[in-house]
Amino acid sequence: MFDIDLWREIIQSINKNRTRSLLSGFTVAFAILLFTILFGLANGLNNTFSEAFVDDASNAVFIRSGRTTKAHKGLQAGRRIQFKNQDFDYVKTNFEPNIEFITARIYRNAAASYKNEKNNYSIRAVHPDHQYLEKTKITQGRYINQRDMDVRTKAIVIGDLVRQDLFLKENPLGKYINLSGIPYQVVGVFKDDGGDDEERFIYMPLTTAQTIYGNNDYIDQINLTYNPSLNYDEAIDFGLKLEKQLKERFTVAKNDQRAIRVFNMAMQNKGINQMTSVLGILILIIGMGTLIAGIVGISNIMIFIVKERTKEIGIRKALGAPPKSIISIILIESILITTLAGYVGLLIGVGLLNWVGPSLKTYFITDPSVSQSLVIAATLTLITAGAIAGYLPARKASNIKPIVALRDE
Amino acid sequence: MLKIQKLHKSYPIGDSKLHVLKGIDLSVDRGEMVAIMGSSGSGKSTLLNIIGMLDEADQGDYILDEVPIKNLTEKKAAVYRNKFLGFIFQSFNLINYKNALENVSLPLYYQGLKRKKRIEKAKFHLEKVGLLDWASHLPSELSGGQKQRVAIARALASEPKLLLADEPTGALDSTTSHDIMAFLQHLNDEGKTILIVTHEEDIAAMCKRIVRLKDGIIMEDNFVNQVRATAHV
Repeated sequence: MFDIDLWREIIQSINKNRTRSLLSGFTVAFAILLFTILFGLANGLNNTFSEAFVDDASNAVFIRSGRTTKAHKGLQAGRRIQFKNQDFDYVKTNFEPNIEFITARIYRNAAASYKNEKNNYSIRAVHPDHQYLEKTKITQGRYINQRDMDVRTKAIVIGDLVRQDLFLKENPLGKYINLSGIPYQVVGVFKDDGGDDEERFIYMPLTTAQTIYGNNDYIDQINLTYNPSLNYDEAIDFGLKLEKQLKERFTVAKNDQRAIRVFNMAMQNKGINQMTSVLGILILIIGMGTLIAGIVGISNIMIFIVKERTKEIGIRKALGAPPKSIISIILIESILITTLAGYVGLLIGVGLLNWVGPSLKTYFITDPSVSQSLVIAATLTLITAGAIAGYLPARKASNIKPIVALRDE
Repeated sequence: MLKIQKLHKSYPIGDSKLHVLKGIDLSVDRGEMVAIMGSSGSGKSTLLNIIGMLDEADQGDYILDEVPIKNLTEKKAAVYRNKFLGFIFQSFNLINYKNALENVSLPLYYQGLKRKKRIEKAKFHLEKVGLLDWASHLPSELSGGQKQRVAIARALASEPKLLLADEPTGALDSTTSHDIMAFLQHLNDEGKTILIVTHEEDIAAMCKRIVRLKDGIIMEDNFVNQVRATAHV
């Protein structure tokens, strides 16, 4: 029921008692402002962490080879380990259920030219799965596919910066780039969140590279992503088992750190995960702390307000105000002030975050922000706290005998 | 109109009790103007507060306009106060952030009257106390006498059956006091029942009946020849 007279009473009371209203409003606005800023900064820190690993799939495993550093089973140290297609197939078939995507890589450098434009680029020869492993975003055309692999097509996918360098404003699709004397057809253009360096690559089918560069079946590296349904510990076990079996396969000592290296993101992620959960707990404590401070503040003010209005309450009761009207007039006033002030605090806080946010990037704080719903929830908590804090003394005041209230000077 | 029998009231003071009213019997008829006198501590204000339902008696009966006032809930007491009683206090007790007109319309608000009707009625009563021109002034902008007039207008606004005044002239100089008394007498002439608590003889003499309290009992209860306040002005 909307009682316009009740609201008129309340608005008048707020308006005529500005100091009191401003005081309680300030407490709430300040609490919400602090809450927004602290939460925003903490979120910004969290964003920095998660953004640092956005480039590659978070469940990636990289397998690289090098020279042995220890003699093992009659074989000398210093022996070079070279992966071949059969090793790729071995990993793929033996660990099938644990693997989501898998690709081999060959690295080459090439001088590329198109018409009058020339530059040097790194080339990665890969399997089609590589697209998902590297989170490559195709903006034009397509990625390397299985048919390219089978037929060994001279098809390439170029980074957006390569396109800008060589093609300027021309549409690159279907055009031929000269890579160290051999023409390749551009079938796609990609972008990558990993930054400019990632967009200076040229991708080509693994099989094509093996044919053209040496006509062998060597591969430089095997990248895979483990099955996302594995938890961190299972994924770490999988990585260790993979490493162990590959070392046996190549007759490498178990403690040889260089011959075969398996880098497992799961290890790193477990650490980061712990870090972010600690950060999350920290954020929670900060938020709760500010809220509790706000609650204590608004409660004190409510008690003070009721005390200050005791005489007025006595007068109103002598004039025939029922207890309900006394309670509602105090309660609605406090809720109104808390809501408005909370909103103001929210606006200032969000505005401040938007304003100084971009300049905080140097302090490992990225995009500091708070979700609207979180701040609204915080404001609601304060309103509820203010209402409870106001209700108890208001009810007490409404039950005081008017004569006691009137005597209160 | 008002009937009180064997009324007792005591206040706890530490471990002991202070017996303030020790069996009061009093009845007041419609149209009377009664002064309740006594030195401080005689129980006169306590009696007025009980009559005004601002306080409750421990024992005894209190019947107001044939309605027994006993074991009232706060809500019921609020309705009765609004309907039956108009209060005039020594310290005026106006709400300081409301102007004269708003103060006068407050009891009407608690009666549930529409805003338009409230303003109309409040203006009527302000005019009656001669302060319509001051309607938009805050209490802090009014003199003591004017404040008390506003308070009287507020007490009258709900058209109560009984007007209760607790030392209504206690904070006023003698000229203004007589002015206020003249106005109360005028209201009494119109038929309003008025109860005034005072310790000033000349104010009491302006009523039609003087009840003297001492140590919680009624010592004297006499009808007197009313002194008209206008004679002093």
